Amino acid sequence: MTSWFQAQLGEGLGWFAANLLLILAIILPVMLGVAMAVYADRKIWAAMQMRKGPNVVGPFGLFQTFADAAKLFLKETIIPASASREVFLLAPMISFVLALAIWAVMPFDAGLVLADLNVGLLYVFAISSMGVYGIIMSGWASNSKYPFLGGLRSAAQMVSYEVSMGFILVAVMLYAQSLNLSDIVLAQKGNVLGLLNGNIFNPLLFPMAIMFFITALAETNRPPFDLPEAEAELVAGYQVEYSSMSFALFFLGEYANILFMCALIPVLFLGGWLPPLDWAPLYIIPGFVWMLLKMAVMFFIFAWVKATVPRYRYDQLMRLGWKVFLPLSLAWVVIVSGYLMFFTDKFATAPGSLAL
Amino acid sequence: MSVLQTAKSLLLLEFISGMALTLKYFFRPKATLNYPYEKGPLSPRFRGEHALRRYPNGEERCIACKLCEAICPALAITIEAEPRADGSRRTTRYDIDMTKCIYCGLCQEACPVDAIVEGPNFEFATETRAELIYDKGKLLANGDKWERAIAANLAADAPFR
Repeated sequence: MTSWFQAQLGEGLGWFAANLLLILAIILPVMLGVAMAVYADRKIWAAMQMRKGPNVVGPFGLFQTFADAAKLFLKETIIPASASREVFLLAPMISFVLALAIWAVMPFDAGLVLADLNVGLLYVFAISSMGVYGIIMSGWASNSKYPFLGGLRSAAQMVSYEVSMGFILVAVMLYAQSLNLSDIVLAQKGNVLGLLNGNIFNPLLFPMAIMFFITALAETNRPPFDLPEAEAELVAGYQVEYSSMSFALFFLGEYANILFMCALIPVLFLGGWLPPLDWAPLYIIPGFVWMLLKMAVMFFIFAWVKATVPRYRYDQLMRLGWKVFLPLSLAWVVIVSGYLMFFTDKFATAPGSLAL
Repeated sequence: MSVLQTAKSLLLLEFISGMALTLKYFFRPKATLNYPYEKGPLSPRFRGEHALRRYPNGEERCIACKLCEAICPALAITIEAEPRADGSRRTTRYDIDMTKCIYCGLCQEACPVDAIVEGPNFEFATETRAELIYDKGKLLANGDKWERAIAANLAADAPFR
């Protein structure tokens, strides 16, 4: 496609136009997915509380999110008099842009990826770490108590959990011998008994999958780790002073991040676009259908957890991050690399490995 | 923390049992009442919006005894009365401030002729406060509008009064 555009518009402009189109082809479905995710979240949450949830706007209330978005867009953007105006407005943009930029490396099917980076996992890690800037900037620029507390909490929480998240990713990388997300998916093909696709079926990586899920909850500020926006104590945390579009950007960014985590967990642990069984008839179903199915299941579990657990206290959150997850994931990296070193030939064949 | 406790928390046993419970509730029938489309049952004694009733021949029931005004604990009722041309005693003014009213139902209990009643209507929200200060015309119109429901409720409750 890029070459066709370049033939029409010239080298540089054609490349630009083609990539712009590809970016839109990713962003628009993601935004639609976000709208549906918000709806699904509310519906699942409601069902578990024996409520019906939104069911008035459109069939089964499917258009509820669009109605809410339209309402938000029509409202007035209020900027507090004491807020630092530029940073205050920049913060939601950063959150939103980063939440969308992270999708660039997500493989939806074999070859169906915008930027097939060889350091895809590092890119994911870098962008998700930068997400904290949006939150801490909004907390600081609001110049108000609750947003400030929320921003600080969020910064501490994300930093703590990213450490153990990094170690969990190391374990996955060691297995896949690659940082490219497509390679990580392909490395999971029949990796358990030559029959099951997905690291989660590997007893050595199963605990890592559970831990990654929990850190993903902490990274996306979902319950039980939603301290940055704890309604009961901080009103809404860093979002308190935001209204209209600036709030909508935070909200959309948050759900885009949640959706991304729902896509990243399948890629890392559930075999991405591969069917769960390495059995030929299952490959008739297109890869992206499997991927979307797995994302939907992951999102259901996200919403399920939200409906089930109460919020952690702040010291419990920190204790869990530093005293449970960090030692566990660190130990597990040693166990996984030890296993790979002594019982498999993965390190022997890896480029640049030392001959032992 | 004992070894057993540690193992229990590491295996997330309590989380799993909690999530099993919420999943069980996920499939339960919903308790939601689709309010504007569905409404819950109301008792015949339900105390909603006020109404002034008439006799079947069209004569208003209220005889301006002012018992309701006297008993009203919120002082929401204001009545002025004069003899009418035919010599009968009737109100010239009957106002209820619905923003003051506490819907205690004492006015309808005090009324000797079942003139002032609290009907089954509870959906009379307005956009301005002024609209909630009901005058005699509004109350009589309410009575005409809700007479069937009010009469049915009074009949249903009659054995217990």
